Amino acid sequence: MTEPQHLGRRALRHPSFVLGAFIVLLLLLAVGVSLFWSPYPVGDIDIPNKLALPSAAHWLGTDSLGRDIASLLLVGSQNSLMVGVIAVGIGMGLGVPLGLLAAARPGWVDEVVMRASDFTFAFPALLSAIMLTAIYGPGLVVSIVAIGIFNIPVFARITRGAARAVWKRDYCLAALAAGKGAFRTTIDHVLPNISSALIVQATVQFAIAILAEAALSYLGLGTQPPQPSWGRMLNEAQSQLFQAPWLALYPGVAIALAVLGLNLVGDGLRDLLDPRLARQR
Amino acid sequence: MSQTESPPTPLLQVQDLQVALPTARGWVQALRGVSLRLERGQTLGLIGESGCGKSLTALALMGLLPERARVQGSIRLHGQELVDQPERAMCRLRGARMAMVFQEPMTALNPLHTIGRQIAEPMRLHLGLSAQAARERALQWLERVQLPRASERLDAYPHQLSGGQRQRVMIAMALSCQPDLLIADEPTTALDVTVQKEVLQLMTRLVREEGMAMLLISHDLGLMHEHVQQVMVMYGGSVVEHAETQDLFDSRCHPYTRGLFHARPRLGLARGTRLHTIAGSVPDLADMPSGCAFAPRCELAVPACNEARPVLAPIKGQPPGLLAHTVACPRWELGA
Repeated sequence: MTEPQHLGRRALRHPSFVLGAFIVLLLLLAVGVSLFWSPYPVGDIDIPNKLALPSAAHWLGTDSLGRDIASLLLVGSQNSLMVGVIAVGIGMGLGVPLGLLAAARPGWVDEVVMRASDFTFAFPALLSAIMLTAIYGPGLVVSIVAIGIFNIPVFARITRGAARAVWKRDYCLAALAAGKGAFRTTIDHVLPNISSALIVQATVQFAIAILAEAALSYLGLGTQPPQPSWGRMLNEAQSQLFQAPWLALYPGVAIALAVLGLNLVGDGLRDLLDPRLARQR
Repeated sequence: MSQTESPPTPLLQVQDLQVALPTARGWVQALRGVSLRLERGQTLGLIGESGCGKSLTALALMGLLPERARVQGSIRLHGQELVDQPERAMCRLRGARMAMVFQEPMTALNPLHTIGRQIAEPMRLHLGLSAQAARERALQWLERVQLPRASERLDAYPHQLSGGQRQRVMIAMALSCQPDLLIADEPTTALDVTVQKEVLQLMTRLVREEGMAMLLISHDLGLMHEHVQQVMVMYGGSVVEHAETQDLFDSRCHPYTRGLFHARPRLGLARGTRLHTIAGSVPDLADMPSGCAFAPRCELAVPACNEARPVLAPIKGQPPGLLAHTVACPRWELGA
């Protein structure tokens, strides 16, 4: 019996993982579809039709400028996915090597890396994003970079903690005793054994990144018009809160669903990839 | 060979090895001057309680001590000094010229890699074999360590094997590059008694066939008797007695060695017999007596024992032709 098949079968029996995976796939599908098609061209303004209720023509109605909400939501999903992927990519790309380095070189290297990460960690993502926008001006790129920077210490810490635990295992000592250097041991033995922890953390940080982008856009610091974004839709819905409260509902539900789906996948993966559970036959 | 010529360089020569470790309570002198000499084909057992420095000696030989440990003295392999060697040079030696078998076969194999890959890796690293060639050699080694259904097991994961089988895999891994020195740190402690014997016999046979030297670390006296030629007894970070195995079993001299033998359960003891124990407990390494480390627990101790550290000295009246039987106690004859 090989391991991957075994994992697949257990995954299908894990209800919250299946639900989470379904929602995440839906998000990916929305992104895929929006690249080729949306009910209406996404920027089209149709003032006479503003604040329309859902109908056959506009499935979810229109906003205060008469734009089709279904199209905005669909195309806005691209934004969320991109932010998540790039911000987690920046965080893992820099944080994981730093964490591995700190774990492999206890002593002053470890101290320097971890104190630098504490320093970065002391500034919440939103605060550092606001600082960066104050310097470079509001925009999508700046907000993604800010969220990505916030992710670096998160990944550096979790990598270091997990890697230090792996370094204490005899198979790392055995690898050293077989003549491997610290670098080869890290690549061959440490990294594979902490990858499940990293995958789980990646899904969680992905969800946080989507939330952070929505928050920044809501504040007007993230995605700029005319690029649609769930956070900006919330912002615009705010001014119509008394005339058309449902406008806030759509992007709100979209954000909540995406985050929920990612968190369920993360929790599910945590269970599925746990070696203690995986060993049970 | 004339008397004036210096003897040939031994395989392993350790002289006055001292190791200090940093702890929360300051520097701790964990090894206090260990010396030993080993030729190819010789087997040496290190015995003592936990914390006496057996495993630390092994790690020091491999150069795998914690990064901040302070090492003094000399370790020479084929005459090449290993203390203060750069890490790169040590990496070339480890696995190739000296290899190690660990205590816990359950944790000494990477759970995510196949057995075949783990045995092949040192050979690819040190012998420069291709993946295919290393795999073939790995299979040969699995057959030599008598793992049943070796060719199927090449692609098995560690959790699919039993403890004894895993330890066979560890032995195959350690011997794969045909090192000159094998260090086995309690290789059978985690195994069933019946499996213990098989694994040790296998290991000693392979060591003999390959003409290697072996350093066997254990706290099990019975195991020493059957599998090594000489025994060193360690206490509190130093060697207290050294002799050929049979010699030591016939006439144990140091009060600590005697205590160890008395504390051993034996067949034929009357029911209800209480086993002898050594009074007191192992001294804390951070708080070692300045004189003989064993003095606080020793029946023969006099105040003078607390002042100077005794050195290993040959015993008198030893039958000729044997390795010098040395003991680090000036008063041992009183207890005989």
